Amino acid sequence: MLWACILLPQLALDGVLRRRPAEDEPLVLVSGPAQARIVHAANAPARAAGIYRGQRLMAAQALLQQFAMVEHDAEDEARWHRLVAAWAYGYSAEVGLYAHAVVLEISRSLNLFGPWPRFESLLRDGLTSLGFRHRIALAPTPHAAYVLAGVHDGMAVTSPQILREALSPVPIARARLPAEATQGLPSMGIRTLGQVFKLPRAGLQRRFGGELVAQLDRLTGDEPTPMDSYRPPDAFEQRMEWTHEIEHVEALVFPLRRLTGDLAAYLAGRDGGVQRFELELEHRSGAPTRVTVGMLTAARDAALLFDCARGRLDRLELSQPVTAMRLVARELPPFVPAGRDLFDTRPVNAVPLEQLRERLRARLGEQAIQHLRRTVDPRPEKAQSASVTASWATSPETLPRPTWLLDTPCPLRGPPPEVLAGPERLETGWWDGGDIRRDYYVVRTAQGQCAWVFCAPGEPGNWMLHGWFA
Amino acid sequence: MGQVLALDSLLHSRQVWHGRAVPAPSGTQPTGWPMLDAVLPSGGWPEHALTEILLPADGVGELQLVLPTLARLTREGRPVMVISPPYVPYVAGWEARGVVMSRVDIVQADERDALWAAEQCLRSASCAAVLAWPMKADDRSLRRLQVAADTGKALAFVFRDRRHAAQASPAALRLELESAPTWQVRVRKCRGGNPPVQAVPLASGWA
Repeated sequence: MLWACILLPQLALDGVLRRRPAEDEPLVLVSGPAQARIVHAANAPARAAGIYRGQRLMAAQALLQQFAMVEHDAEDEARWHRLVAAWAYGYSAEVGLYAHAVVLEISRSLNLFGPWPRFESLLRDGLTSLGFRHRIALAPTPHAAYVLAGVHDGMAVTSPQILREALSPVPIARARLPAEATQGLPSMGIRTLGQVFKLPRAGLQRRFGGELVAQLDRLTGDEPTPMDSYRPPDAFEQRMEWTHEIEHVEALVFPLRRLTGDLAAYLAGRDGGVQRFELELEHRSGAPTRVTVGMLTAARDAALLFDCARGRLDRLELSQPVTAMRLVARELPPFVPAGRDLFDTRPVNAVPLEQLRERLRARLGEQAIQHLRRTVDPRPEKAQSASVTASWATSPETLPRPTWLLDTPCPLRGPPPEVLAGPERLETGWWDGGDIRRDYYVVRTAQGQCAWVFCAPGEPGNWMLHGWFA
Repeated sequence: MGQVLALDSLLHSRQVWHGRAVPAPSGTQPTGWPMLDAVLPSGGWPEHALTEILLPADGVGELQLVLPTLARLTREGRPVMVISPPYVPYVAGWEARGVVMSRVDIVQADERDALWAAEQCLRSASCAAVLAWPMKADDRSLRRLQVAADTGKALAFVFRDRRHAAQASPAALRLELESAPTWQVRVRKCRGGNPPVQAVPLASGWA
């Protein structure tokens, strides 16, 4: 068993930062009751000004004139935590949640994702693009990986033999032992885990209770760690809220990119796709604006999801400013990746045809793209259809047919044309009330155009133009 | 200035810059009209470039000009985009000329979006050919299409009224269709060679 631990040291702050574009403005998360507000987390520019975690808000305000203040939301933080877990589920079937951390069992994933250094950089790239700062460590037990990630970013202990050795220099304060032991051991002159390992177990048990011994056993792998495996939920729901109101659709693009990126990460973890999802734009008052984004086939590519959603949003007129945006995806059909030809000669940056169609449909409307097919009906108006339910003609048409058809026939103006072919009598349609009785001719106009015209039987001269042999 | 200088000595002293002949692009996109292929410098449509076709009126055989190409591309299974055509493409007529209609996407867009759609299709590199009928395209928007066709390695066809012939155009090939007295096509501009003086007669084929 090998466990990787992804420690998220600034989960709450990253959760807030990732919903706003990158900027150098100091930002502080505050928590605590109204009388005694304290700093929960501060970003790098704020820390540079001397603000630290646990500081009184009054003191922080004295240090720095201007900074953005966001209320810390524990529920929000938990949601980001679950998102990272859902993402990690794409790499391993066994994922556990620790405080501020996610552990995953990777011994079986190594076959697929390559040796650990490559796997590790894969994880790091994924987390960076999701916008979470992280520390990663590898160890034979989940608890040891958790401890090592807190001490040494990037540490990898692959065999149980050297685990004790690797854990020995870890100071007690960072060994994540039960609180009583963390306080009591240093006062006994015990400063590192190595020293604890050397102490007699019976004495430790008597002094600090069974919990510490059990914890040490789990750390070294002498006892298996009980763990509730994470299972991704069946529906995706993510919400973003702003402290200010957004009045223009353009300003929604950045949060939208984040939300669709999260959705893509979730879908990849679940090995599923999405065909239809909803965007809810919440306003200060009144019902939220709902935008439904539908696609022709199940997809999970972040760029495609973003493209589709953005196309729908671009066409939207905002009646009220937006205070929050929610993305809800309930139908998650299985995803079948499109096959690509090994010898495909198209350039690398090519947009797949499906994605192109989605992009066009998103901007031009659902019905913008048609595929016309020939039906069995002989009437020119009904001889072709874009709907999928009509019955299709299979035998080829042998009579002269134009390449352009006018939607509605119109009188042919100008000097009398020269008749090239005809007549062809079409007398049909009696069964549905739309019966026609026409003689079709091919004529050449004075301008040299070849036209498909018809007239009532026996009355050549009153030409009605119906198509062009363009 | 009574001095007489041999032209050769001037050229050899390399004080006069002279442009090199652009190598003729080798074409793999025959138009399907042998007479036209023969006069075009690339032996067919200019590859990855915009072709502008100028018309005296609708329905003078502009589709006949490109349908052999569309038939060849769609039979190879490559997609073709027809963007906001002025009339409805009549499937029976297109199929009679060999086009596989399941490979033809007809995109309905209003005037402003049509150019956008054409550019997207060209840029995507997943379409073999794009046909468009821009109404108010200026030099700038045509240049965008030309660049997009180059990026996406696709054939772009733009159909416009004959009155735009006087305007400069970034298209690699400009053809003007003439329907009277006979059906013929005149090459107004072609990249990689001088346009032929004589019009190219085309066989009339309404059937």
